[in-house]
Amino acid sequence: MLKDLFFIIVSTVLVNNFVFSRFLGHCPFLGVSNKTETAVGMGMATTFVLTMTAVAAYFIQSFILEPFGLTPFLQIVSFILVIASLVQLVEMAVLKISPALYNAFGIYLPLITTNCIVMGVALLIPQKGYNLIESTIFGLGAGLGFTLALVLMSGIREELEFSDVPEALKGPAIVFITAGLLAMIFLGFTGLAPL
Amino acid sequence: MAQLVKDFLNGLWKENPTFRAVIGICSALAVTTAGQNGIAMGLALTFVLTCSSILVSLLRNIIPSKVRIPCYIIVIATFTTIVDLFMKAYFPPLYQVLGIFIPLIVVNCIVLWRAEGFASKASLPRAIADALGMGLGYTWAITLISLVREVLGSGTLFGINVMGGATHWVIMMLPPGAFLVMGILVGIMNMISRKPVKKTHCH
Repeated sequence: MLKDLFFIIVSTVLVNNFVFSRFLGHCPFLGVSNKTETAVGMGMATTFVLTMTAVAAYFIQSFILEPFGLTPFLQIVSFILVIASLVQLVEMAVLKISPALYNAFGIYLPLITTNCIVMGVALLIPQKGYNLIESTIFGLGAGLGFTLALVLMSGIREELEFSDVPEALKGPAIVFITAGLLAMIFLGFTGLAPL
Repeated sequence: MAQLVKDFLNGLWKENPTFRAVIGICSALAVTTAGQNGIAMGLALTFVLTCSSILVSLLRNIIPSKVRIPCYIIVIATFTTIVDLFMKAYFPPLYQVLGIFIPLIVVNCIVLWRAEGFASKASLPRAIADALGMGLGYTWAITLISLVREVLGSGTLFGINVMGGATHWVIMMLPPGAFLVMGILVGIMNMISRKPVKKTHCH
């Protein structure tokens, strides 16, 4: 049991990293990876929302969509609505409970609704048939993997600012090529977890 | 009429979502391992984009501006569900390959970007022209990425052997290949247009 959970973490963070191997969450990956500080904030906010979404998606799927046979035609609509309202709720709760935390990552919260990593996790959980604990760990691992990718990339991009990049490759192009090299490194983790 | 043509061409080149605005990248990288995947994904997105732009444009005076984003998302989710069910029913093998990226059209930034940035302020014909241009611009862009990856990765073009087995670079079929091809193509587009993209449109 514990071993399975450990494998889920290793698999989502390293082997099947959501950014480098599943191709999810590229918009914030390109948009907010300029500075390490903002990358950490965005990563934390996304991890938080992802864990909550995973739990919510599990409950909606197994207690509403599945028993009433609504999965084929209401899954997309209900998941996106739940994610949007969840993000809104988290934003209000964080603002009320801890204004300091809100200042740290509150500004990134509205952007998370249209981050495809959140919807991706919600859609993958029913596909994989995870139970409640496994779903939570899956969401957490996805968030940690995303944070890792974002922080790695931001560190490299801070150095890229001072390097001599060919004129045509400046901007997103060189970021893609760097991401390609990072993805190659992540290929090295293949086979680490049997999932 | 000239305005409509201009709106249509805008998406094909000047503000091409994939190469010039660098938006909606996830699906452009994930599914582009073979030519037909690129075309299928592009047409699916074009359908959702056009239909939701029509509806958003028609409803632009009815939807209160405070709740506009949730309304747009519901409209987009409806059409995404239609595409999802249609592909599941009529193209099961393609649906298997494209996987969760068909339902993920609902959070594809391109659709919301056009709904919020164009269709919500434009008349119906202009919204349709813009959506078709953007959709087809996305389609040609990801088909190009797919073809480069297919030729280099498996030596075929739409499934027909063209390289005589000279190229079987597995890396092109794996995730790193997608990033590298995308980076180099964005660089080439920058050289052609002589106006490099400095930043992406999404967050």
